[in-house]
Amino acid sequence: MSQGTESEHRFRVSRRNFLKAGAVAGGGLLLGLNLPVGGRMARAEEGATEGADFAPNAWIRITADDQVTVLVDRSEMGQGVMTALPMLIAEELEADWDRIATEFAPADEAYTNSLLGSQTTGGSTAIRNAWRPLREAGAAAREMLVAAAAQRWGVEFQACEASGQVVRHPASGRSATYGELAAAAAEREVPETVFLKDPKDYRLIGTPRDRLDAPAKVDGSARYGMDVQLDGLLTAQVVRCPVIGGRVRSFDAEQARQVPGVRQVVEIDAGVAVIADGFWPASKGREALSVEWDYGENADLTSIAIERRFREAADSGEAATARSEGDVESALSGAARTVEAEYEVPFLAHGCMEPMNCTARIADGVCEVWAPTQNQTATQEVAAKISGLPKEQVRVHTTFLGGGFGRRSHTDFVADAVACAKAAGAPVKVMWTREETTRHDHYRPATYNRLAAAIDEDGQVSGWRHRIVGPSIMGNIGMIGPEEPMDRTSVETAKEVPYGLASIHVDYVRTDTPVPLWWWRSVGHSQNDYIREAFFDEVAAAAGEDPFELRRRLLPEGDRNRRVLERAAREAGWGEPLPEGRARGIAVVHAFGSYCAEVAEVSVSDNNEVRVHRVHVAIDCGPAVNPEIIAEQMESGVAYGLSAALHEAVTVDRGQVEQGNFDDYRILRIDQMPEVHTHIVDSDQEPGGVGEPGTPPIAPAMVNAIRAITGEPVRRLPLTRAGYQPA
Amino acid sequence: MTAVSVTVNGETREADVASDTPLLWLLRDDFGLTGTKYGCGIAQCGACTVHLDGQPVRACTTTATQADGRRVDTVEGLANGEELHPLQAAWIAENVPQCGFCQSGQLMSAADLLARNPEPTDADIDAALASNLCRCGTYQRIRRAVHRAAQDMKEQG
Repeated sequence: MSQGTESEHRFRVSRRNFLKAGAVAGGGLLLGLNLPVGGRMARAEEGATEGADFAPNAWIRITADDQVTVLVDRSEMGQGVMTALPMLIAEELEADWDRIATEFAPADEAYTNSLLGSQTTGGSTAIRNAWRPLREAGAAAREMLVAAAAQRWGVEFQACEASGQVVRHPASGRSATYGELAAAAAEREVPETVFLKDPKDYRLIGTPRDRLDAPAKVDGSARYGMDVQLDGLLTAQVVRCPVIGGRVRSFDAEQARQVPGVRQVVEIDAGVAVIADGFWPASKGREALSVEWDYGENADLTSIAIERRFREAADSGEAATARSEGDVESALSGAARTVEAEYEVPFLAHGCMEPMNCTARIADGVCEVWAPTQNQTATQEVAAKISGLPKEQVRVHTTFLGGGFGRRSHTDFVADAVACAKAAGAPVKVMWTREETTRHDHYRPATYNRLAAAIDEDGQVSGWRHRIVGPSIMGNIGMIGPEEPMDRTSVETAKEVPYGLASIHVDYVRTDTPVPLWWWRSVGHSQNDYIREAFFDEVAAAAGEDPFELRRRLLPEGDRNRRVLERAAREAGWGEPLPEGRARGIAVVHAFGSYCAEVAEVSVSDNNEVRVHRVHVAIDCGPAVNPEIIAEQMESGVAYGLSAALHEAVTVDRGQVEQGNFDDYRILRIDQMPEVHTHIVDSDQEPGGVGEPGTPPIAPAMVNAIRAITGEPVRRLPLTRAGYQPA
Repeated sequence: MTAVSVTVNGETREADVASDTPLLWLLRDDFGLTGTKYGCGIAQCGACTVHLDGQPVRACTTTATQADGRRVDTVEGLANGEELHPLQAAWIAENVPQCGFCQSGQLMSAADLLARNPEPTDADIDAALASNLCRCGTYQRIRRAVHRAAQDMKEQG
């Protein structure tokens, strides 16, 4: 803070007065603190020096050499937390951004994500969860450093100021670095209240700071899970039953054990593990292994049968109502015009570029796990259970994640590693092949949907009915019981149609399948926003209205959906002429606390080849902590959603997932990537997420453009199943 | 087992490996050079791209014995000592990496492109990098960074 600014003035007011006056006095925020005091853990980490460290809470460590280290308690899987979270702390701490260092935090309750209840990275929650606590943590540390300086110099606290990791007393010209003050600051009580900056004084938040992890990611030094190296480290591969739910009946490891470099062949929960000196001997060992499987009851399962079951259940299954307002049936029967449609979406794999892996070592009563994980709490719990050690004796080292997208909040790869390390009595890195990573994923659910809408004589949308049929993620993973008819993630956003409708009825026919399910970037939004927004365009067409204008008309003035919708349309030049065979499509979503609209400019060739040329994204995510990272996440969300909409589908035959590698589970290539233009809408609302909201709008925006060109709605994804080819 | 000798990033290194061991695992498991990534194992994703005698190859489908007696360059050798390769500098300036896992391969393919074609168009870049997959969708930043590096290399002569 520089001298003489308004914020400086606030800073100089007696803190006692501040405590009394609260937010009124200076316009800043007076906050009660509940900081996890974590010096204990921070000190235990590698690199900590003894004695003079200042670790006032779980996120900050300042050493005598003036190094400020931020412990990043969320996993870096590309979404930029390793940069954005330290920005929140450094802003209030008045740290020197160019010298900031980061470490991944260990597993500890201090790092519980309050929005998810465990130390988890997911649900686009990192900034939403950290927004207040991390700024408070930085501010508290700064106040302690300033107080230490004031005491040392025998001057008033409010006569001092802090910036660039230095506390100064302008009146006397004295100054001290944070490093010099660290030991004294460590002796002070953590303040119970702190002041946070007025947003207009931010120097980091809201600025496009370069990613802190980029240098390590361009020279090969960034350490991902599969890059972990330890003395005496062995590598394991696990042969898993190809049929969903199948088990090992027996195995013959004699040949496998003959392979040079193979150390051990053991059965673990997931299958048969071949433990070897490296990846290649493990591969050769598994080839030589002979396993007899008990395929269990899913040996005849097929995608065709699953799809048939969904259709039957739509008629005969018991539907749980997600939302019902007004009289939809009367609206439909009395409509001037009705629109009816069936929409289908497939199971999807996550397709992380880094195949699943994990490393574990059990020695001296301690289990150490090196994991590319999104969930440190679950990792610690699983490792404790399998190693037989108390949770406190399990140390989780989080590596960089080569993609996450929800997949890495599962712990199957952790269980493999700990089981192998236990069996081997040596550190073991478990490596899944790409084929296993695809075939033994936990998938985004497939669903079948029936929709109907009523348009009355005045052209108003008088009724909206949507029935969703599909398996429950929460049921599949035991979060709800088998008899529970409703899974909120299955109906999310389908029931939150933002448009003013005279009547709406949305219900769900839970129809479980044996296919393992899990969270996939944007979860229910990934299918329901497509269906809702694509069907809405069909309704607009039937009503003879422009799809953008109808949306806008049915959204109230000032509505955040409407603001991003209008921004995206304006930036994309909605309504301006395009060449023959080209059109724009639009969609808007409210997801993970943010509002996101996309306009896709698409062409369809005479032989049904589809190309998305450019996409304009408008996002309202509340305060934009790092606009550069937000833009990256919008590009990434578009790419991920577009990849799925163009190509991706997981199918099952004879109980086995048919896709294995990138040759049959195709993902978006550079020559299919549209230009993405991101527009951040100014917002003073609470922070929203940015990791996921960019994903759901692209599929409907694209298919709406296709419909505008061809006149035919696209009711089935991926496009290859609807008669189109990606150009 | 077969003895192989490979000059990796200018340093000659030796190992005894099974004759069909992929170069990828020689680099990663025997030489500890983990910058080169395993993504698919069947030359579909490009994460393991390295240069063999100056030509880009997929290390997952090139055997260690094929590399015997030859020169291999990996992402760890892309910089000239402390001085980053213009592509690396451009990658940082354009904030290309997200998860970053594919970027070693992207950089090695891009380095080959610029060696052959110092002023590539977007179409040239798309063609050269179409087999380097990125799940985070960093593609438009990759295009931008390749152009930036090409410009920097031109200005530096």
